[in-house]
Amino acid sequence: MAEVVATNQTILVVGGGISGMTAAIEAAECGKQVLLVEKSPTLGGRTALLYRYFPKLCHPTCGLEINLRRIKSNRNIRVLTLAEVSAISGKRGAYSATVKIAPRYVNENCTACGACAEAVSAEVLNPYNYGMNKMKAAYLPHAMAYPQRYVLDASLIGTPDADKAKASCKYGAIDLEMQEETIEIKAGAVVWATGWQPYDAAKIQPYGYDRFANVITSLEFERLADPHGPTGGKILRPSDGKEAKNIAFIQCAGSRDENHLRHCSRICCMASLKQTQYVKEAWGAEAKSTVYYIDIRAIDRFEDFYQKVQKDPTVSFLKSKVAKVTQDKSGDVILHGVDTEGYHRYANAHDLAVLAIGMQPSVAGVDIPAEIVADSSGFIESSAADSGFFGAGCATNALDVNRAVQSSTAAALRAIQVINKLARAEA
Amino acid sequence: MGDLNQQMLDKYRNNFLHEVEEKVDDGEWVKMCMQCGVCAGSCTFGPDWEHTPQKIFMMIRAGKREEVLSSHSMWLCTSCYNCMVRCPRELPITHIMHGLASYAHRLGLAPKNQPTRDFSLIFWENCTKTGRVNELRMTISVYFREGFVSGVKKMWTLRNIGRGLFFAKRLNPLELFVSHGCKDKDGLRRALKKADEIEARRRGYEVQPRGYSS
Ligand SMILES: Cc1cc2nc3c(=O)[nH]c(=O)nc-3n(C[C@H](O)[C@H](O)[C@H](O)COP(=O)(O)OP(=O)(O)OC[C@H]3O[C@@H](n4cnc5c(N)ncnc54)[C@H](O)[C@@H]3O)c2cc1C
Ligand code: SF4
Ligand code: SF4
Ligand code: SF4
Ligand code: SF4
Repeated sequence: MAEVVATNQTILVVGGGISGMTAAIEAAECGKQVLLVEKSPTLGGRTALLYRYFPKLCHPTCGLEINLRRIKSNRNIRVLTLAEVSAISGKRGAYSATVKIAPRYVNENCTACGACAEAVSAEVLNPYNYGMNKMKAAYLPHAMAYPQRYVLDASLIGTPDADKAKASCKYGAIDLEMQEETIEIKAGAVVWATGWQPYDAAKIQPYGYDRFANVITSLEFERLADPHGPTGGKILRPSDGKEAKNIAFIQCAGSRDENHLRHCSRICCMASLKQTQYVKEAWGAEAKSTVYYIDIRAIDRFEDFYQKVQKDPTVSFLKSKVAKVTQDKSGDVILHGVDTEGYHRYANAHDLAVLAIGMQPSVAGVDIPAEIVADSSGFIESSAADSGFFGAGCATNALDVNRAVQSSTAAALRAIQVINKLARAEA
Repeated sequence: MGDLNQQMLDKYRNNFLHEVEEKVDDGEWVKMCMQCGVCAGSCTFGPDWEHTPQKIFMMIRAGKREEVLSSHSMWLCTSCYNCMVRCPRELPITHIMHGLASYAHRLGLAPKNQPTRDFSLIFWENCTKTGRVNELRMTISVYFREGFVSGVKKMWTLRNIGRGLFFAKRLNPLELFVSHGCKDKDGLRRALKKADEIEARRRGYEVQPRGYSS
């Protein structure tokens, strides 16, 4: 693995979500050498963990599959997974990135036959379902995973299960001796597409995410609706597995709030509008979604979607930022607040409350050059005029997939220009 | 008495928001309110008052001057700060509520016989006279503000607490006749007078407001 070749004409793309994949493909299809570095075992990022996309409610497989095919068929792209960029130094035309590669314990011989998963008995919390269920400690992240290669969780190493896994593999794909490596990579330009993280819901104290089982985040709700999720696609509430038909969506959970994230996360209004349709899909006329909001921000063409949902008799809207959530003995959550249209106080019971959680950039904790300018929320805003470092996707702002992809194409074009200039200078 | 209220009416005409921004402590924050409702839903008073902070802020913007300044709500605020720690816009809500109360009082528009206001006045009178609070006289003034009979009744209801305070040496019967005081009473009064003047100057009151000692 250590013989990764990269020169100052290589474009380094950090982060293999939809944004990083897009930037890598665009640059590679223009003939540039691209190294795509992703810290988890698979490409796809958060997009792969959505049940459906707004506004057309198609499955994320659509978009991802085409992109994966383009990546597989392009010889200019090399992909490193389980590889985290922890620092970047240098300047335009001559960057050097520190990449830490964690051991997968499975090599490229893997056919994803799944025998190792059957052989081991140890289980770990499933991060792809946000820890709502467990999975075998020898696993394929998810059905869309790329590379289609299993991973042994580090906790297996040194246990009898590791030997069982190795013994079960008919292809000699399991290598228990793999070690963590740190390598330095050269690059002429860098596209920074490290995406976003959900705001820590437990910090919104009055909503009780850490105290009440039936207060969940919008990301967890995506998994509840997904057939590959912890409930096999049934919308059941965590405390007692009861069918959750009467669901509250709490908007701006952590966003637009000086005590938490000061920016509007932009996608969460649309995400909740979309999720009301999951509820309807699951329970038909029995479904009851209530959206508690300050104002609904469905921008430009999304307005049509909003209007459609407004007409849906299973969905109602209550203009109020919820002040407090409690949970009663039956497990129902009670939302307290004041309806700002008429100033009526309410205490409404629901089966489940979904926090439309805010997005924060996942740039934090990485040593990146000072030439990058971040806004007051930590999103990459711009870089100096003579920089070869470009933000893409949710690393630059709270964006939906469509806008993330546009921003990534723009970043790829800028990176290509840097490389072209270099090539001309060296010729 | 020159009429400060009339002076302010002339000055600000229909722009009550502007008046609040210039005259009320922390009033410049009112325009930052986004009417999300969190303060109203968080207030310890629950449904028991008419104008929640959120509503008051909207009324200010809507120019409802009389209604705001004569509202009981600001006087009911218990300073629990629940609203303030939760406000997503970081408005110093509690302070604005108190600022509005004291402004309403200065203009003579605060509700009459408002218990919190009455108590505040009695307290201020009591402690600025000698520089120390005379607990006994203050208690008596508060209890008897609605008349002799009601005062006696209140004293009777709370007699055990009174006895407790007496034995704990917190209530000295002699204080009825002689108040203990601070060393430099006149100095204290001069300081307060000066503070009043500075505030009047800063807030641009041409007419000396009806200060707390009125
Ligand atoms: C509840 C919810 C529902 C949503 N629904 C929709 C929808 O229906 N339609 C829509 O258009 N959008 C939706 N979105 C928005 C969508 O999730 C984002 O637009 C999308 O994930 C952005 O992709 P990205 O590649 O920029 O970031 P990410 O998906 O976060 O990908 C970033 C990648 O970078 C990797 N990475 C991070 N740091 C490093 C590092 N230092 N080194 C190497 N790799 C690193 C991460 O592991 C990750 O794989 C939704 C969002 C939420 C919260
Ligand atoms: S590691 Fe071996 S056993 Fe496990 S999925 Fe891959 S090929 Fe199959
Ligand atoms: S998109 Fe909607 S829910 Fe999300 S922060 Fe903005 S207003 Fe709030
Ligand atoms: S919580 Fe703050 S922003 Fe919300 S209504 Fe109250 S004062 Fe306005
Ligand atoms: S500080 Fe006053 S206004 Fe604010 S919640 Fe407490 S009582 Fe209500």
